Amino acid sequence: MEVTQVLLNAQSIDGAVRKNAEESLKHFQEQNLTGFLLLLSGELVSEEKPVETRKLSGLILKNALDAKDQQRKVELVQRWLSLDGNAKSQIKAGLLKTLSSPVSDARSTASQVIAKVAGIELPHKQWPELVGSLLSNVHQLPVHAKQATLETLGYLCEEVSPDVIDQDQVNKILTAVVQGMSASEGNADVRLAATRALYNALGFAQANFSNDMERDYLMRVVCEATLSPEVRIRQAAFECLVSISSTYYEKLAPYIQDIFNITAKAVREDEEPVALQAIEFWSSICDEEIDILEEYGGDFTGDSDIPCFYFIKQAIPALVPMLLETLLKQEEDQDQDEGAWNIAMAGGTCLGLVARTVGDDIVPLVVPFIEENITKQDWRQREAATYAFGSILEGPSPTKLIPLVNVALNFMLSALTKDPNSHVKDTTAWTLGRIFEFLHGSAVDSPIITQANCQQIVVVLLQSMKDTPNVAEKACGALYFLAQGYEEVGPSSPLTPFFQEIVQSLLTVTHREDARESRLRTAAYETLNEVVRCSTDETAPLVLQLVPVIIMELHNTVEGQKLSSDEREKQSELQGLLCGCLQVIIQKLGSSESTKYLFLQYADQIMGLFLSVFACRSATVHEEAMLAIGALAYATGPDFVKYMPEFYRYLEMGLQNFEEYQVCAVTVGVVGDICRALEEKVVPYCDGIMTQLLKNLSSNQLHRSVKPPIFSCFGDIALAVGEYFEKYLMWAMSALQSAAELSTHTTGDDELIEYINTLRNGILEAYSGIFQGFKNSPKTQLLIPYAPHILQFLDGIYMEKDMDDVVMKTAIGVLGDLADTLGSHAASLIQQSVSSKDFLNECLSSEDVMIKESAEWAKLAISRAISV
Amino acid sequence: MAPHDIRRPFKRAAISDQQKRRELSLLRQAQNRRDAQQQARCLASSILSLQSAAPESQPEQSDTEIETVPESEQESEAFSKDLDVRQASKLRGPEVRKWFARQLMLPEWMIDVPDRLAQDWYVFARPAGKRCFVVSSNGTTVSRQRNGSILHHFPSALPAGAKIRDGSGSAQSYCILDCIFHELDQTYYVIDMVCWNGYSLYDCTAEFRFYWLNSKLEESGACNAPSHYHKFRFSAVPVYNCDSSGLYSAYTGVGPYAKDGLLFYNKHALYQTGNTPLALVWKDENCSQYVIDTDGKGEIPSQQQVVLELQDDRKLVTSDDPPVLFGCLDGDIIEKSGLHTGNLLRFAIGDGGLSFADGKLEKADLIYLGKSNRARAFADSYSKVLFQFMVRHSPLKIDDLLASINSANDQEKTPSDIEMVG
Repeated sequence: MEVTQVLLNAQSIDGAVRKNAEESLKHFQEQNLTGFLLLLSGELVSEEKPVETRKLSGLILKNALDAKDQQRKVELVQRWLSLDGNAKSQIKAGLLKTLSSPVSDARSTASQVIAKVAGIELPHKQWPELVGSLLSNVHQLPVHAKQATLETLGYLCEEVSPDVIDQDQVNKILTAVVQGMSASEGNADVRLAATRALYNALGFAQANFSNDMERDYLMRVVCEATLSPEVRIRQAAFECLVSISSTYYEKLAPYIQDIFNITAKAVREDEEPVALQAIEFWSSICDEEIDILEEYGGDFTGDSDIPCFYFIKQAIPALVPMLLETLLKQEEDQDQDEGAWNIAMAGGTCLGLVARTVGDDIVPLVVPFIEENITKQDWRQREAATYAFGSILEGPSPTKLIPLVNVALNFMLSALTKDPNSHVKDTTAWTLGRIFEFLHGSAVDSPIITQANCQQIVVVLLQSMKDTPNVAEKACGALYFLAQGYEEVGPSSPLTPFFQEIVQSLLTVTHREDARESRLRTAAYETLNEVVRCSTDETAPLVLQLVPVIIMELHNTVEGQKLSSDEREKQSELQGLLCGCLQVIIQKLGSSESTKYLFLQYADQIMGLFLSVFACRSATVHEEAMLAIGALAYATGPDFVKYMPEFYRYLEMGLQNFEEYQVCAVTVGVVGDICRALEEKVVPYCDGIMTQLLKNLSSNQLHRSVKPPIFSCFGDIALAVGEYFEKYLMWAMSALQSAAELSTHTTGDDELIEYINTLRNGILEAYSGIFQGFKNSPKTQLLIPYAPHILQFLDGIYMEKDMDDVVMKTAIGVLGDLADTLGSHAASLIQQSVSSKDFLNECLSSEDVMIKESAEWAKLAISRAISV
Repeated sequence: MAPHDIRRPFKRAAISDQQKRRELSLLRQAQNRRDAQQQARCLASSILSLQSAAPESQPEQSDTEIETVPESEQESEAFSKDLDVRQASKLRGPEVRKWFARQLMLPEWMIDVPDRLAQDWYVFARPAGKRCFVVSSNGTTVSRQRNGSILHHFPSALPAGAKIRDGSGSAQSYCILDCIFHELDQTYYVIDMVCWNGYSLYDCTAEFRFYWLNSKLEESGACNAPSHYHKFRFSAVPVYNCDSSGLYSAYTGVGPYAKDGLLFYNKHALYQTGNTPLALVWKDENCSQYVIDTDGKGEIPSQQQVVLELQDDRKLVTSDDPPVLFGCLDGDIIEKSGLHTGNLLRFAIGDGGLSFADGKLEKADLIYLGKSNRARAFADSYSKVLFQFMVRHSPLKIDDLLASINSANDQEKTPSDIEMVG
C-alpha cells in the first residue's frame, strides 16, 4: 500500500476519494495491525513525508491506543499489550526520534502518542527506560527538541497516575521541568512548554512539596515565571499557582504575602487572561477554606487533617478593595452574552466566595463602596455597587444583613423599574433574588417582607418580567425565591391574593416571542413550578385550574407537523418544561386526598399526552415525562393498570437506554412506582421488566450509577408480586450474590466508598423486598438456601466498619426480614453467625431513630424465630 | 496543552430546577419504598401481638378506676396495637383484608336471649350500610371496610383528620372509629369508638366508650355538615338501656337512617376484636330489609346457604374460635375440585336440616355447591348459621325479647320481695 497517498486521500475534499481511502486504511488495519502501526510510525518519523500525512498517521496511532468509551479503551489497551515486542520497540523508537524533527506539528503529535503508549505500558512495568531516555541529553538538545521533550513530559504526567513513576524519576522530571521554566532559559517556547508541563507534574511533587528547600525553589520559579515578559508564560505560571492553591493549600503560609502582591499587580495591570487567573487563585483559596470550615465547623483540634490558615480573613483588608475595583470594569452588554467571562464577573464571583469564607467581617469593607457608588451618574458605578451588595448576601449573619436590606429594599425595587440602564436592572433583580434566597423564609427571625411591602414586591417583579429577556429572567428568579420563602408558611400564604396574577404573568412570559433568549422561558416555568410547590390549600383550586392550561400547551406541541431541526429542538425543549411542570402539579395535587380525586379526572388525558411525547427523540423530554409518569402512577394507584398496555413499550425503551443513562435510571425508579401502585396487577409485565433489568446488570456499558437502583427495584417487584417472584428468584439471587461479594470489601477513594455503600443499600433493599414478598407464602422454603450467604454478607459489611447510616438501617432490617420470613429455619443460622448479635446491639443503641426502629423490628422478629 | 477554563457560574442558582425535580422524585420514591416495607413489617408484628395476647376476661372496671390508672401504663399496653391499626390502614392486598376483618368487634347473632338484658345491655338500631373502620391520622382520614378495601380517603374534622394547623393535636394524635357508612345521607354513623385523639379505648367498657363517644364526637365538630376540610358528616347513634322502653324505642323509633336490625352491646365488655358473644345482632322483617341471606343475584335461595372452611381430615368448620364442626367432605369432591386445606366452601342445607342434641349441633345435611366468593375472608360463624336456620324455621321474635325483659323484671322483684318479707 502506498500509505502516503492513501493518507493524503483520506484528507481529500472529495467525499468519494476520502471514503475510499478511509476504507482501505480500515481494511489494512483489520488485516495486519502490527504492519499497519509500523507503517504509520514510519510515516510519522520520516522527514521526507508531507506534514499533513505525518500528523494524520500520528493521530491514527493515537486513536489505536485510546478511546473515550471505557470498554473500547480497555480493548485497545489489551490489543497493544499483546502486540509483538519488536514491532512495539520499533514504533516507540520512531516516536522518540520524531521529537527532534524540525517540523513542529510532527513533534507535537509524537509527544502525544508517546504519552498514550506510556499510559498503557508504565502501569505494566514496561518501557522503564522512557523517562531516562527523554531526559538523558535534554541539556544538549537543540531548542526545538528540548521544547518537544518538555511537552512530552507534560503529556506524560497528564496521562499516567503518580504511583507508577518512582520518586527518583519524579525528581528527574521536576528538575528538568523547573530548569526549563527558570528565568535563565532564554527560549520562550521552551519556558512555556516547561511551565505547562509543571502544571501537570504538580500532582507528582508530593514529596518535593514536603521538603522545605525544594518547595521554596519550586515556588520561587513559579512566582518568577508570573513576571515573565511573555504573556502566555505568565498565564501558565498563574495556572500553576491556582493548581498549587488547591493541591498544596497547607504549604502556602510562607508564600501567601508574596503571592498576594503578585496577584494584586496582575489583577490591576496585566492582560485579561492573566488577571483572570490571578483572581482565580483567590477564588480557589476560598473554595479550600469554605470546605475546611464546613467540614470542621471551625472547631479545630490538633489532629485535623488540614487546618484552616485563614488566609482570606487575613487578606481581606487588601483583597476586598482590589476585588471591588474589578467590579467597575464591566463590559457593555455582558449580561446578554451567555459565554461572557471577564474581570468584573470573576472579581464579583470571588467577592461572593470571600463573603462565604469570612462572614460578617466583609460587611464593613463593602458597605462604604455601595453607599458611595449606588446613586452615581455612571451606570458602571451603580451596577458595581449593586453587584457588591448582591455578592455579600450569602455568608454574613442575617442580624448583620437585615438592617442593610431593610434600608436598601425600597431603593432596589425602585431601581428595578426606573433605572435607565438594563445592566443595572439585571443586577438589581439578581440581588433581590439573593435577598429572598438568603434572608426570607421561616428560618429567618425578623421578616424583611411584611404585609406592607409584599404587594409592592410582587407588582414590581411582575412588571420586570416584561423587561428585556435577561432582566425578566432575573425577575423570575427573584419570584422563585420569594415563593420558596413561603414554603413552610402554613395554611395561609401572603402570596395567595396574587397567586392568579403571578401564574398568569408567568404564562405570559412563556409566550413571549423572545422567551428563548437568556433561558427566559425555562426560568418562567421553573418559577411556576416553585410557586405551585409552595402553594397552600387555599390556592389548590387555582392549581387545579392550571392543569387544563398546561395540558393544552403540551397538546399544542404534539400536534404533528413537519418541523425543521431548529424548530424540533425548540419543541422538545418546551415539551421537557411542560412535562416537568405537570410532574410538579401531579405531585402537589396528588399529595392531598381532596385535590387528588379532582385532579384524577385529567389523568387519562395527561397520560395520553405523555405517550405522544415519547415520540420525540430527546433524552431530557423522556426523562421529564418518565418522572411525571412516576408521580402519576403514585397518584392513581391500582387504576394505573389501564395505561400499562400502551405505556409498557416506552418503559422498556427507557430501560434499554444505556447511552442516556439518566433516562434509564429514572425509568428504573418509575418501575418501583408502578409496582407500588399496581401490586399483583404488575405481574403480566414482570417477565419483560425482569429480563431487561437482568440484562442491564450484566452489561458493562451501562453507567454504574444505575445498578444500585436496579437492585432496589428487584425488591419493589418482589414486594408487589409476592411468591410469583419465584420464577425470577434464581436469577435475581445470583446477580445479587455476585454484587454482594464485590461490595463487601471497599478499597478506594471516598467516591468509590460512597458508591459501594449505594450498591450495598440496593442489594439489601432487594433482599428485604424478596423476603417480605415471600412472607406467609407456602414457598418461603425456596429462600432458605440463600440465607447463609446473606448472613455472610451482613457479617462481611459489618466487619468492614465503613457502612453509612442508610446501609446500616437497611442491613439490620434485612436481618429482621430474614428471621421474620424464615422463622425457625433462620434461628440456628442467625445464632451461628459471627456478628449478628453485635450488629443488632450496635443498631439498638444507635442515635439514629430510623436505625433504632429497624433494629427493634429485627429484635422482635429474631426473638420470635428463636423462640419457635 | 491549552490554558484551562476557569469560568464559574455567574448569577445562577447553584441547582437547576430539573435537578430539584429529579431529587424530589427520588426522595418520594425512597419514602414510598420505606413506607411499603415498614408497613409490611408492622403488619407482621401486629398479627403476632394479637395472636399472643389471647383475649382474657378482665375484671370490670368503672370509669374512675380507668382514670386513676397511670397514663404510661395504660398507653404502653394499648399503644402498639393502635399504632398497627394506623399503619395498616394504609395497606392493601389479601393479607390486609384478613387482618382488618380481625380488628373489628364482630357481634354474634342472637340465637337465644341473654340474661339480665335490661341491666347489663344496651340496644340500638343498626344503620343499614357498610361497616368500616375510620382511621384519622397525619392530616388525613381513611375508611376501610371489613374486607380491608378503602371506602374513602378524605379530610375530616376528627382529630388529626385533615391538614389544618389549628395547633391542637400533636403528631401522635389519631382516632379509630367503628362506623357504618350510610349511603343515602352520606353519613358515617359511629357505633363504637376505639381510639380518640391518641387515647386508646380498647380496654374500656362499652359504657365508658359510648359516654366518651357521645361527648367527644360532638365536641370535635365531626357532626357538622360537610365542608372543604370535612368531607363527610359523622353522627352518633342513639343508644338505649335495653329495658322495655329502650327496646321499644330502638325497634320502632324513626331515625335519620334506614335500619338493619338491632345491636345489643354488653355494658361491661371491652372492645374485643373478632367474634364476641358480648355483642349481638338480631333482626326481623320490621327492622331490616335483609333478614334472610340472599345469593349473589340478590335473591333468596330456596335452601339456606352456608360457607364453611375445609380443614385437615376433610373437616368442615365455622369461623368461631374454637371452630364448630359441621361435617366432613367427601374425599372424591376434594380431589375432583382440587380443594386444599383452608379453602372456603359454599354449601346448601338440605331437607335434613340441622339436628341438635343437648343444645349442640349433632348433624347437618350439607350439599356441596362450590368454592365461595374470593372476597370472603372467613367462613360463617356458628351463630349466623343458626340464626339463619331459625329465621327460616322458628324465628326469635321481638315478643320473645320483650318477654325475656319482663320476666327478668319479675324475677328481680320476686327475690327482693321474699327478702323483705323474710
